[in-house]
Amino acid sequence: MRHYAVRHATVYEYGGDVAHSHHLLHLTPREFEHQRCLSHALGLDPQPSALREDRDAFGNRIARLEYDRSHDRLRVTAEMQVEVLPRRGGTLEDGEAWESVRERLSYHAQPMSPADLEACQFRMRSNHVPLKQAAEDYARECLAPGRSVASAAHALTRQIYRDFDYVPGSTTNRTSITEVLASRRGVCQDFAHLMIGCLRSGGLAARYVSGYIHTARDGEPGTLVGGDASHAWVSVYCPPHGWIDFDPTNDRVVGEDHVTLAWGRDFGDVSPLRGMIVGGGRHRLSVDVGVRRLG
Amino acid sequence: MEKIRDSAGATSAAAPSDPRLASYRSYAGRYDELIADDGRIRGHWRALIRGVSEDDARAARRATEFTRRMIVENGVTYNVYADEQGRDRPWILDPLPYLLTAQEWRTIEAGVAQRARLVNAVLADLYGRQELLSKGALPAEIPFGHPNFLWPCRGVRPREDRWLWIYGVDLARSADGRWWVLADRTQAPSGPGYALENRQIVRRALPELAQSMDVRPLGAFFAALRDELLRGAGEDALAVVLTPGSFNETYFEHAYLARQLGFPLVEGHDLTVRDETVFLKTLSGLKRVHAVFRRLDDDFCDPVELRVDSALGVPGLLAAIRKGTVVVANALGSGVMESAAWLGFLPALAESLIGERLTLPSVATWWCGERPAFESVIEQLPRLVIKPTFPNQQRAPVFGRDLSAGQRSELIARMRARPHAYVAQEHLAFSQAPVWYTKNSDGFSARALGIRVYAIATPEGYRVMPGGLARFAADDHAEIVSMQQGGGSKDIWVLCDSSEASEESTAPIARADAARTDAASTDARTDDARTDPRAGGPHRDLPSTLVENLFWMGRYAERCEDKTRLLRATLGLRRNLPFWAQAVEICKEFGAASVFDPEKRFTLSGDIGRLGECAAQVRSSLSAENWRAITVLQREFRRAEAARSDARETLDRLLLSLVSLAGFALDDMTQDDGWRLMMIGRRLERLQFLGDVLARRLAAADTPLRQELEWLLELGDSAITYRTRYRAPPVWDDTIDLLVYDEHNPRALAFQWRSVNTLLIEVAESLGTRPQDALYEPIEDLIALKEQRPSIDDPPMVQTSRRILAQCLKELNAAAAQVSDQLSSQHFSHVDFDLKAVTA
Repeated sequence: MRHYAVRHATVYEYGGDVAHSHHLLHLTPREFEHQRCLSHALGLDPQPSALREDRDAFGNRIARLEYDRSHDRLRVTAEMQVEVLPRRGGTLEDGEAWESVRERLSYHAQPMSPADLEACQFRMRSNHVPLKQAAEDYARECLAPGRSVASAAHALTRQIYRDFDYVPGSTTNRTSITEVLASRRGVCQDFAHLMIGCLRSGGLAARYVSGYIHTARDGEPGTLVGGDASHAWVSVYCPPHGWIDFDPTNDRVVGEDHVTLAWGRDFGDVSPLRGMIVGGGRHRLSVDVGVRRLG
Repeated sequence: MEKIRDSAGATSAAAPSDPRLASYRSYAGRYDELIADDGRIRGHWRALIRGVSEDDARAARRATEFTRRMIVENGVTYNVYADEQGRDRPWILDPLPYLLTAQEWRTIEAGVAQRARLVNAVLADLYGRQELLSKGALPAEIPFGHPNFLWPCRGVRPREDRWLWIYGVDLARSADGRWWVLADRTQAPSGPGYALENRQIVRRALPELAQSMDVRPLGAFFAALRDELLRGAGEDALAVVLTPGSFNETYFEHAYLARQLGFPLVEGHDLTVRDETVFLKTLSGLKRVHAVFRRLDDDFCDPVELRVDSALGVPGLLAAIRKGTVVVANALGSGVMESAAWLGFLPALAESLIGERLTLPSVATWWCGERPAFESVIEQLPRLVIKPTFPNQQRAPVFGRDLSAGQRSELIARMRARPHAYVAQEHLAFSQAPVWYTKNSDGFSARALGIRVYAIATPEGYRVMPGGLARFAADDHAEIVSMQQGGGSKDIWVLCDSSEASEESTAPIARADAARTDAASTDARTDDARTDPRAGGPHRDLPSTLVENLFWMGRYAERCEDKTRLLRATLGLRRNLPFWAQAVEICKEFGAASVFDPEKRFTLSGDIGRLGECAAQVRSSLSAENWRAITVLQREFRRAEAARSDARETLDRLLLSLVSLAGFALDDMTQDDGWRLMMIGRRLERLQFLGDVLARRLAAADTPLRQELEWLLELGDSAITYRTRYRAPPVWDDTIDLLVYDEHNPRALAFQWRSVNTLLIEVAESLGTRPQDALYEPIEDLIALKEQRPSIDDPPMVQTSRRILAQCLKELNAAAAQVSDQLSSQHFSHVDFDLKAVTA
């Protein structure tokens, strides 16, 4: 078990006055079998005219903000403390073969278990993950006949890590999977989308996880290290084990270094902060993330 | 190949002996709506065919021409994106209605109402407990892969669990005469407005027949929709029609529906959400909105939670819906039911969800995501039509019979890779009906035809519009019935039978007494929904954007007129005059360097375009004639421009059109605050134009020739007045009197400023604000100057007094500009189009 403190600060400096704005925040850590949220707080400057906390359709905790007074900057600081619990050990080779999972999730005019039906939410195309032939081709070797889903997903994780360069700034939120496949570079968001696209092309269920990674090497508690941005990885439905997370950016099966904020079909469902502003001119955005291990 | 059965041979009383039926052929394998198997005209068509047959060919042509002209003149258009011929394409309407007997209609009506109920129940489950998915009654692939399944709407419970407020369904008839459902329209079904417009046009084209045949009226349908949207929301409740804008292919219908419903037509930026409540930005501030009748696809409706790339939506709308402060019809997310993939599952769902047997069958359809279905589809491919499951796949339907062996295996491979994305449908040969509109003959020809029928939710259940939109194919053999493919439309006449007439009539045959019956029962017998006092009259709440566009329409209309006069007067000058060059210089400065110049931004041509754009934005508040005048004006000018017609003649015609527009402005509009601001726009523009030209010429040092003053008088349309009043060649003093100070000359500056001040006071009174007073001071200065009466014709003070007058006019102009700016900041400032997405 690990204990982390995360501070995620986002500052918009607008070129002109913003007369009115609405924002949707995915900045509260999700609680689930591998993570407990000990505390969380949202610092907002200026204070919004309305704030409502809620859950989205995927069970993530969200906050909606509205500003009805003119403002020229917005600072959102999320601070949280979480406990990350150890994930199951054991080999990735056992578990259901990927073809069998594909069949399990396909329609057979039969009742579906809640777990399978939930997985079905994450196996179709979504805005950032269209199903492309190129992704299917890229995944072909990993999806060898009879291989377990977990093993196939692990192979895909390695393959993406091997084939792609991590180049911050090389892509934007609108860069497509096809472009990333062609240029062989991107950031964690692109690799996650690509991997999801590959798995969904095979009829499997994969979701996008937004969160943070603790990158300290010395493991010394209390020091602020690395992790200067929010992170993203992939969660894959691997019956009978449930969901197993893979981080193609770091070639890792997710363990205790990752702090989970939210999951959805792709980035669009869980972007930490999205909003619509009226006015504002050109804006400058700065994001600062710090992940500190407390124990 | 189609076998042709000659229908013109038989000769009984009801037989088609009419020569105009000579060109009407019955195609084997199609149900013939007109001719029965025995070769006789079907009973319910006889009165119509007899009625039109008694007219001679000329009258028929007149009726057809009348219909076509009405269509063009009413601006009934169907916008096709990126249409090279411009934005609008005329909607083709055949004057001959399509007839349905009361008995046939009862079957359709019951089936459509039942289906609407079923589809609504499916939506409630998909966005609620999803039991249909967990039980295996429906495949999860269809909703979860559908771009209009909106996850953020999961868990939203609309009032009374009502997702569908208006439902549309496409039907066609097979060779055996049975009706089949082809597609469900659940997003924002297009066409009900066209159906009503068609009815009104056809009634005018065939007045006697419309009178004598007992046709069920449509008006009550829209009145019911209006009442339903505002039910329980109180007296002052406000509903709006939300449109994606004038570039949408069905924009005309949005404007028309808005007018019929009596709701303001708004775009996303006209609305704002504050504290989870929707408001309309109006001239007098924010007004709470209780209901939104949307014509915008659901995924575009809220860029905060739905498609982030949508600038058309209303940020925060979904939060307001969740809170229950606004009704949105149809509910966001209902577009998910627009997929052929659902069709095959509905019969079983009808039994389990509503405990009924589906009375109106769907055309046989297989969703390929089911393995056994897919295998049988592949076997039968040549007789099937393959369609995409999801609307964003953008693949046209493929007819299996048209494919070569290679194409077939290619298609099968594509389907095998993603079977859930394909649907196979049995090919249905549509029935045929007579169409009268064809260009090359007076006779009827047979065209394949399908119908779209609409239902709306009421407290008593779904109510079906007794009529709808019949659509026919572009040529005799074509089977694709679509407006986009060049087909046409027909009005649907649902005939009453005698028993039904008495049971339905709340107002027994009240046509003649319509005026005396109360509103509700009149409604039941008319085709016009506008019987409600709220409808059609002045909106109490004018959207700011609408008013801003009216203001600019006023300015551009006047600007076009000013430039036309300037060009015309200058073309009338002799070129050897020394003043010629100066006049040309002024033309250039006013952006009127040449008559035709579509490339440059600040030209007459550009202003005519902008006038049209503003007018298109306010189309819902213009009369049909006014809108027609604007479209005709634009069309004629573009034509002249393309042909490089004689400039002077073009200007003369243009001026005539512009003057008639000014007449519409005075006589043809409800004089509400929107109209007042339009008139202020016109007056300010005229004031600034004439004031500016006068100031420039006064400041010029040279002594004017007679021709120059005549030129000025012509710009101010006052040459004749001058001649009759002074009976002498013009001099500066009298010219200034007439063009600046004469309050009775509608072209004089004094007339403009008086009128602007009056209008400003009226607007301020109506809105409870303080009137703009920027004009007061320069006006007083000008009047004071007049009272000192310094002649500007006689030396020695000529130069100085002219300069002083020029200065006063310049100040007046600056003040007029200030009024314009103040109006903008006071009334249009919250019309902020600068909506941006931010993501981190």
